[in-house]
Amino acid sequence: MSCLQTIQDYGLRSIGLGERLLPKSDFTLCEQFTLIGSGMIWNVYFGIMALATGFFLATALAVGKASSNIWLRKPSEWFIFIFRGSPLFIQFFFAYFLFLSLKKPYPMFDGFTSAWLGALIVLFFNTAAYSGEIFYGALRSIPKGDIEAADAYGMSGWSRFRRVVWPTTLRLAWPAYTNEAIFLFHATTLVFFSAFPAWQQRGDALYYASYFADKTFNPFVPYPILAFYFILLTLVVIGGFGLVNKRLNRHLPAAKKAKMQFRLNLAR
Amino acid sequence: MRPAIFSFCSDPDVLDTFRWFSCYLTNGVHWSFYLSFLKVLALLAVTAPVALGFGFAGAMAARSHFPPLSWLGKGYIAVVRGVPDIAFFMFFVIALDQAFEWTRHKILCPDWTDPIRQGNDFLVCQAAKLPLGSSPEWMHETYGFFLAVITFSIVFGAFAANVLFGGMRAVPHAQLETAEAYGMSRRQTFWRVLVPQMWVYALPGLSNLWMVLIKATPLLFLLGVEDIVYWARELGGTKTSKFTAYPHGDWRMWYFLFLLVFYLGMTRVSEIGLEKLMRRLAHGQATSGGELLRKETTA
Repeated sequence: MSCLQTIQDYGLRSIGLGERLLPKSDFTLCEQFTLIGSGMIWNVYFGIMALATGFFLATALAVGKASSNIWLRKPSEWFIFIFRGSPLFIQFFFAYFLFLSLKKPYPMFDGFTSAWLGALIVLFFNTAAYSGEIFYGALRSIPKGDIEAADAYGMSGWSRFRRVVWPTTLRLAWPAYTNEAIFLFHATTLVFFSAFPAWQQRGDALYYASYFADKTFNPFVPYPILAFYFILLTLVVIGGFGLVNKRLNRHLPAAKKAKMQFRLNLAR
Repeated sequence: MRPAIFSFCSDPDVLDTFRWFSCYLTNGVHWSFYLSFLKVLALLAVTAPVALGFGFAGAMAARSHFPPLSWLGKGYIAVVRGVPDIAFFMFFVIALDQAFEWTRHKILCPDWTDPIRQGNDFLVCQAAKLPLGSSPEWMHETYGFFLAVITFSIVFGAFAANVLFGGMRAVPHAQLETAEAYGMSRRQTFWRVLVPQMWVYALPGLSNLWMVLIKATPLLFLLGVEDIVYWARELGGTKTSKFTAYPHGDWRMWYFLFLLVFYLGMTRVSEIGLEKLMRRLAHGQATSGGELLRKETTA
């Protein structure tokens, strides 16, 4: 079977298109590359959706945590503490079993026990908490002069937030937020290793990589392939976020426009 | 099975709720569950210093003036970047096991001619198997735990190396120049001036790493160790009266809620402890934290 044929059969296997049965033995390099790549669809899906939705909740949480109103501050602080203070792995398990027990009395929770929705919600809350803390830190380090200037212009409330506070927050938080995005993509590999079932063996990249490693008892091929895909993904994320960073800093004089420093903490 | 602690546990069917739970939570399998918490703590206690050692070695290598050593250190740090840590865990557990068995195979069975990799099998001679097929159950469990500890140490060692490398670079250069001016050799400068001062710069990163390490402990489950996640799934699942004296429905949600609370507690305690440590380390340092402490004591 040619490699092109393999790509046609298995390229979209992770979302249920193409060949139904996974190869059982005599795996070619092409098959491993194709299937693990196919699994990346899930990682990208989870990552992008969680980032896109989590961004807004994160902004709300940051503003809430910085608020002087105790009814806004305390819930935000607790939300951030709970999701940052416990392992994502346990959060997945808990959420899955929670949805499972909600499903019986309320059939509307049916979709929540499958990964595409249930795991996405956990990732959404999780990244919102982590990014919320980042945005909160940035919010607190906005130069005092910026706020004073806004006040001097007679801005207040919403217009001051939208035109001065929020853009500056984003600008300050962006390098750390890039880091968070990278680690969110890494965290998506946990989904199918927690309780969420990979229905009809439609899993993510790590799911297929470990499938191959289990079958061949040789970890030295599938995991480096997985690493290759993830390094690629990381580079794309850094590139994309770098473009946004450039736009956020477009008003600064060239000398001040220091190259985005990726102080990768390596772990979030 | 361990005998029940309370004498009234002999017939659980007739107990009231409180007594039922006090019997249920102290029955034999639950002791395995509680014991697995000790496993997590043991993993933390062993991994943290070993990973710190790996990290220190990695950072020293990355700072080295001998290029191949410096590449090795930097490569070790960089290779963890960009790849999910869980992929490393899954990889190292098999790879380490095979590496050990392969080494033993080469030493113990030199006259073995068959290839080790045959198709989808990894075959070594009987004497090279780890642990030996004849060894008792606890040996297998200990070996699994041992592999997990090394895996955790390798991955977190790379994180720690990155943090310590940054900490070493953050020490003001004037400090090192002063040491040189006093006639210290490079080795003396490193051990007497750089190392004592770098911790305060490295501590925020290291405390972050400690938190990440705590939160990575449930991944033991993926490495095949019977840890708290394993037992929470086992014990929480629906039990019928056919197999146990304590039948109940699906309680896995509650068990995992308990784990969640356990980890939140660990995080909170660590936060408080690290805050105290930071204050201690900042004492007498030429940083804003140290300055703050000085003002507090003189005021």
